[in-house]
Amino acid sequence: MAATAVERRPDGLLQNAVGIGVAVGVYGVSFGVLAVAAGLSPAQACVMSLVVFTGASQFAFVGVIAAGGGGLAALGPAVMLALRNAAYGISLAPVLAGRLHRRAIAAQFVIDETTAMARSQDDVAASRRAFVLTGISVWVCWGVGTAAGALMGGVIGDPRALGLDAMFPAAFLALLGPQLRRPGAPVAAVAGAAVALLLVPFAPSGVPVIAALAGVLPGVLVARGARA
Amino acid sequence: MSWRILLAFCAVSYGLKALGPMLAGGRRLDPGLNRALELVSLPVLAALIVVQTLGDGHRLVLDARAPALAVAAVLVWRRAPFLVVVLAAAATAALLRLVA
Repeated sequence: MAATAVERRPDGLLQNAVGIGVAVGVYGVSFGVLAVAAGLSPAQACVMSLVVFTGASQFAFVGVIAAGGGGLAALGPAVMLALRNAAYGISLAPVLAGRLHRRAIAAQFVIDETTAMARSQDDVAASRRAFVLTGISVWVCWGVGTAAGALMGGVIGDPRALGLDAMFPAAFLALLGPQLRRPGAPVAAVAGAAVALLLVPFAPSGVPVIAALAGVLPGVLVARGARA
Repeated sequence: MSWRILLAFCAVSYGLKALGPMLAGGRRLDPGLNRALELVSLPVLAALIVVQTLGDGHRLVLDARAPALAVAAVLVWRRAPFLVVVLAAAATAALLRLVA
């Protein structure tokens, strides 16, 4: 019995990894469509998905471009959303230990999905396996999804008439929703939104979203209060 | 969009991911800083939502995007899949613009 349990677990991991990959692939199709509608070439959309490889940041980047912002304005929010990958990477460092070139490759796969899968295992070996399987599955599906979406996006007509501009806020909301359960999260979100709205009439484009980072402060204070 | 900005984005994204695996060794992040870093995406996502729903240059406007976001909010609350959420939002905005 024990032997079958041990043998079965990796299969469960593989199944989960593939399941997450397929879901991410669908998300990738919408990213590809929106990226091309925003003015990226299909090649740029694919390079972004394969190399940048962190979904929320990519959506943020393309969203700002679609709204008429420049490259630098787009980079600000995108980089801020990528900051959490640094926290993930540091927390995963013990799992990703090994030779330098292997760590260098593993680093590329430090994202939400791989971190969540690696963290939910009982031991380091299972965490590594979960990380690798999820990473490969998500990377391949995200890339293929983006390419498919980018090719479809090329034949789509007026993005506004199709409501594509409304897809960005909806996508961000879909990313935000599940995170709101964490302590301090609702306060951080509301504060960030309020700061951004207040600044829109005055600040140069891109700045309101960057300034919204200040929302982290009340969020951290509330989270600290909740634990005390 | 310029390739130069895209390459900068690639470099920054990889650099952030690589900090831990390449440099951290056995070191741990201060728990407070770690919480703050993992909380960063919330205000940024919330700001992107309101700015891209209500913003029009330097003006705030109510147009087809707001009801589209309301539809998306209900679907997120009901835990609908990602694609359903974004397609419903797009369809709502497209329909409202078609009617208007």
